[in-house]
Amino acid sequence: MEFNETEKKKIAHLRTRYPDSRSLTLPLMWMIQKRKGFVSDEAVALIATELELPKIWVEEVRSWYSMFSEKQTGKYVLEVCNNISCALMGSQEIIDHICSVLKIKVGETTADGMFTLKTAECLGSCGTAPMMQVGDRYYELLTEEKVDQILEDLKNNTQPEQKPQQWPEYK
Amino acid sequence: MANQNILLNFDRNGANHTLENYLKRKGYSTLSEKIPNMKPEQVLDEVKKSGIRGRGGAGFPAGIKWSFLPKDSDKPVYLICNGDEGEPGTFKDRVILEENPHMLIEGMILAAYAINAKHCYIYIRGEYGFALQRVQQAVDEAYRAGYLGKKLTGANYSCDITVHKGAGAYVVGDETGLMNSIEGKKGQTRNKPPFPAVEGLYQCPTIINNVETLASVPWIIDHGGAAYHSIGTEKSSGTKLLSISGHVRKPGVYEVDLGYPFMDFLNKDCGGVIGNRKLKAVIPGGSSTPVLRPEDCEKITIDYESIAEAGSSLGSGAILIIAEGSCMVKTLEVLTHFYHHESCGQCTPCREGTGWLHKIVKRIEAGQGKMEDLDLLTSITKHIAFHTICPLGDAACGPVDSFVKKFKDEFIEHIKTGGCPFGGKFVRFQERV
Repeated sequence: MEFNETEKKKIAHLRTRYPDSRSLTLPLMWMIQKRKGFVSDEAVALIATELELPKIWVEEVRSWYSMFSEKQTGKYVLEVCNNISCALMGSQEIIDHICSVLKIKVGETTADGMFTLKTAECLGSCGTAPMMQVGDRYYELLTEEKVDQILEDLKNNTQPEQKPQQWPEYK
Repeated sequence: MANQNILLNFDRNGANHTLENYLKRKGYSTLSEKIPNMKPEQVLDEVKKSGIRGRGGAGFPAGIKWSFLPKDSDKPVYLICNGDEGEPGTFKDRVILEENPHMLIEGMILAAYAINAKHCYIYIRGEYGFALQRVQQAVDEAYRAGYLGKKLTGANYSCDITVHKGAGAYVVGDETGLMNSIEGKKGQTRNKPPFPAVEGLYQCPTIINNVETLASVPWIIDHGGAAYHSIGTEKSSGTKLLSISGHVRKPGVYEVDLGYPFMDFLNKDCGGVIGNRKLKAVIPGGSSTPVLRPEDCEKITIDYESIAEAGSSLGSGAILIIAEGSCMVKTLEVLTHFYHHESCGQCTPCREGTGWLHKIVKRIEAGQGKMEDLDLLTSITKHIAFHTICPLGDAACGPVDSFVKKFKDEFIEHIKTGGCPFGGKFVRFQERV
């Protein structure tokens, strides 16, 4: 495993932005996760070599932060917020619905490798609860019907453009 | 009382995140018109006069924080913007990051001038993909227009900003945890002292402020600290962004003058509780702040001192509304799960204690609690709070102590009847669209 040319250029630029190259640990991990979908042991070794750090320093970063995956996940990771505002607005029903539609439990991946279901702590979208994150995209004000449509769209590799949060007005 | 729009001074439907739009709103005019005639000390002085208190949650006066920087250090000074918004219920910084990033950038340039920082970092939580994208675009635009880089447009100094993406960790919202994270380490917090102003990022003097605090700086410098101080109350000056969510008819982010009556805000501005239900509880400042009963809220005004007097805290300005018909034990189970999940593993009382708290609340909710559990909960919190390096431990205890105290009957009912009177889950109100 190696960094490609575009990544190498980006790394050279990043080195100018921090006085200590250890600061590149998170950015490089993001770089690899973006390309591969997860950060393998091999990737950890690559980052350690690039930054001249002990491997354990890189490894502990990978395991400590919740957003880095150590293993291959589904193509789309559905992360449904189950913290207070989302819970109050019915996130558990959304989670149950996804489980029954995809026939998986929280933490599992569908047999076709398309979807992994996870729950997440507060994602800062409380005014548009319940919500979930898929990659960089937030899906807000979820209902069962909306979730069905989102899953259909994702199967067809369609993700709508992200827009600023639009708060609802309830009765 | 009319509330001012200092931070939300734009039409939310427009392309307000662009440089072009910000310039139309007289953006960067403070930098190009006021700064050439001001010394760094004068900028610091205006911020001090404004009395603005840190908007991240702790409420420490920003100007005083800045003045803690050592005068005789030959090390570089760093400025960090804390955009790791993670306190459950809080989504107000996201509005600035996504929709008004240039105001934040201008605020950072001004703050950097005041404290003589040449390099600034904006740390944004990894989940905020859209905010990261918008802020990076804005930073790139500002570089192209010469507002960032060497010898800034309209001012004779240099300032660089680097956007740093987090990777999911509540505890990184603590200033020293965030610094460790920028340094490429686990985001565990550091013992204080030394305080960041003396020894922060890369062991250099560092000032770290919340997004909202820094975004308020252009207005403060433009209108003067005294003008800002005249808004709000004596001890809580200025406007505050409030993010309100839960069982409220019109959730969202609002900007109000501090000192605004809470019930007016809830009922007039936010339309009251959904479905005209009765109010059951309010968490006034993010999930870590003690819960209040409706009668506690009757007289409070939205400012630091009034909410403190009621036994809670304004925190990050994240107001959670809980309607009658919701189970408070279940709500606490969600919160204790969160703190257990986010405990970083560094201090034993928090690492072990948050797990115990969750386990006990969970068993009460499942109908397997014992009467002794209530005392057990408060005895555990006594051993966590103020026995940890960072405030996560204290934060985990605030909700536990207050829920048990204010809704004791409901906990006892769970224990005595051996089950949850609300059926063990949250009721989804039909008003939801």
